[in-house]
Amino acid sequence: MAKKPRVKLPKKAKAGELIQIKTLASHKMETGNRKDKKGNKIPRLILNNFKCTMNGKDVFSADMHPSVSANPYIAFFITAKESGTYEFTWTDDNGETLSVSHDMAVS
Amino acid sequence: MSKNIQQTVHMNRRQALKAAGAGVVALGFASTAQATPEAAAEAISKMTGGASASMSDKVSISLPEIAENGATVPVGVTVDSPMSADNYVQHIHVLAEGNPSPEAISFHLTPTGKADVNTRIRLGKTQNVVAVAVMNDGSVLTSKKEVKVTIGGCGG
Repeated sequence: MAKKPRVKLPKKAKAGELIQIKTLASHKMETGNRKDKKGNKIPRLILNNFKCTMNGKDVFSADMHPSVSANPYIAFFITAKESGTYEFTWTDDNGETLSVSHDMAVS
Repeated sequence: MSKNIQQTVHMNRRQALKAAGAGVVALGFASTAQATPEAAAEAISKMTGGASASMSDKVSISLPEIAENGATVPVGVTVDSPMSADNYVQHIHVLAEGNPSPEAISFHLTPTGKADVNTRIRLGKTQNVVAVAVMNDGSVLTSKKEVKVTIGGCGG
């Protein structure tokens, strides 16, 4: 989990505006189905959870399974209500997390 | 038990090779059992706590008709819902009936925005993708769509 995930969401929005948030993490999402050249199974290691909170409150989350493509892309919609900090967290099978945060001002 | 699975898999591979002609076979599945619509239905039942799902036009799945690359197939699900505090979609589950494991991704929503989610999934072969929407009142709506996959993408 080296590279920082990318999140696209506007810095400013009007109250009541429908906003699409796009997220893209960098991860192989090793399914556990592949075999190496010697024939040994490459163990599964994926990002299994994505969570978005706004000012600490849960807004959106997703549980991912090995069928999600490498470099997981997740996009969803929110209604802009109040200004705040959006925090995006990805968790892998080992419990390691990666977080990115973005502020959005709502007027 | 594993011998039977191996036999079934070898038979599937032979059938697939015959059918495909060009010899395009799902990569990396050799040692795992294939999911079936029954396995997907069982998974859905677990997710909804047994509540029955009704096919609904309110759930719409967007998928390419033909996926050139099974390793990354864009999929979108929209559910016609006001997403208000008393009437919203709580979960959207996406399953791939023909993958080694049917569950692909489960989205958990709150009453905001609209029920419109997008992601990319791996599909090992031509199959149905199923979307299951669970509402805040426990009701369950579902829809499914077939996508043709030319090169499978669950392993290697």
